[in-house]
Amino acid sequence: MASESNSAPVRWTKKDLLGISDLSAGEIQLILDTALSLQAIEKRPIKKVPTLRGKTVINLFFEASTRTRSSFEIAEKRLSADTLNFSASGSALEKGESLIDTAMNLEAMAPDMIVIRHKHPGAPHLLARRLGSGVINAGDGAHEHPTQALLDAFTILQKKGRIAGLKVAIVGDIGHSRVVRSNIHLLTKMGARVVVAGPRTLMPVEIEKMGVEVAYTLEDALRDADVVMMLRIQLERGGGTAFPSVREYFQMFGLSKPRLSLAKDDAIIMHPGPMNRGVEISSEVADGPWSVILEQVANGVAVRMAVLYLLSGAHEESR
Amino acid sequence: MQNKLTPKATILDAPEMARIVRRMAGEIAERNRGVKDLLLIGIRTRGVPLAETLAAEIGRMEGHPVPVGILDITLYRDDLSTIGQHPLVKETHLPPIDGAVVVLCDDVLYTGRTVRAALDHLVDYGRPRAVQLAVLIDRGHRELPIQADFVGRVVPTSAEESVEVAFPSTDGGAEQVRILERTPVA
Repeated sequence: MASESNSAPVRWTKKDLLGISDLSAGEIQLILDTALSLQAIEKRPIKKVPTLRGKTVINLFFEASTRTRSSFEIAEKRLSADTLNFSASGSALEKGESLIDTAMNLEAMAPDMIVIRHKHPGAPHLLARRLGSGVINAGDGAHEHPTQALLDAFTILQKKGRIAGLKVAIVGDIGHSRVVRSNIHLLTKMGARVVVAGPRTLMPVEIEKMGVEVAYTLEDALRDADVVMMLRIQLERGGGTAFPSVREYFQMFGLSKPRLSLAKDDAIIMHPGPMNRGVEISSEVADGPWSVILEQVANGVAVRMAVLYLLSGAHEESR
Repeated sequence: MQNKLTPKATILDAPEMARIVRRMAGEIAERNRGVKDLLLIGIRTRGVPLAETLAAEIGRMEGHPVPVGILDITLYRDDLSTIGQHPLVKETHLPPIDGAVVVLCDDVLYTGRTVRAALDHLVDYGRPRAVQLAVLIDRGHRELPIQADFVGRVVPTSAEESVEVAFPSTDGGAEQVRILERTPVA
């Protein structure tokens, strides 16, 4: 991926990472190349570089998260940034403080970057406009989750060596998924063919306008796929009311080993987590040799380090 | 006012560079009494072809291959918070360095800050028995107490000048060293 040539690389100029829709293919490639270089740090005896020494990053999570928050925190620590974790429960938000007031108060403590997850789409954009700190979107409602799409792309590149020309099937709760939206933006910009599949009740109208094909059966989506991305049914966003029963959902759209044979022999299976075994994916598939689910988690750290590194440079420039 | 760099003089051509590298390779082998535990590490970008050339030369003289590593010091730079946009980070490839006699290689020794970053980077990887420094050009103007053990050529320069080393693998064309002069652009 990283080239040795002296051709002028794309330069990173953005203070914030709010979504994949704002990025060019060149900027996406720059993040992925940087992540590849940073990934080796975890294999060293001292898994830390001094790059963000003296920088402060606040992780502002208004929604539950295990993977994403710990992944960001590890990434920040490997770059030597000081981190502060802030979650909605136990904060002044429970006393009625608004998002902007909370953020302005945190900003008054002079952080360099803020990582935010919020249930409302656009919350990170609001902060980015109001705050001088760099803002990273760690998931805003059903809108975008850019670092997830980037780590998915990194994993695909690692396994397939390319993104352009691959058939990627994304299956499940398309309507409630920010992971899908970010992935569609990214994969289409990088030249992949994306097919989304799921129950009609969970399929957003006019999703074709995002440049994807729609399949209403799992079989159609899986046929000759290079990459299969399974999504969780988001019960907390109402995903559970869109079909009669979990059992029926698994019959229709759950990925089991016999169905997997429709995909290419060397297809890889991805899942952004958390996984509901027996609902969208069988344990046999989730734990099989084609599964790259844990690699996705591992790659998340390197990709988030790359984002933090690039953003902190642009942030200095804008001061 | 902007400045541009214009060539002022070619100070080394390819045959001269080859003679200098042969001499440096001999000095490294002599000082370390052979190649035992020897590891040459090139600092990206143009320390890498220097390390490779030196290693090949030492290997030929001693009849034993010398391992080469590559160090990218970007993440250890001391000016990251002042230069704005962060430079592209490239990969570091190092064989085990514990107990090795490391010869850090770079094309030009100037302020010494790159070498400081490289030393910090190295100690995060392990504990070499010794670290030595080989540079093709020492142009003076040190800002840190750092000196090279093996020097190709000492070239006094002014701060308004720039030293440009070219290798076939990084720049295309033949090896050469030029001095460039900063001149204002109208």
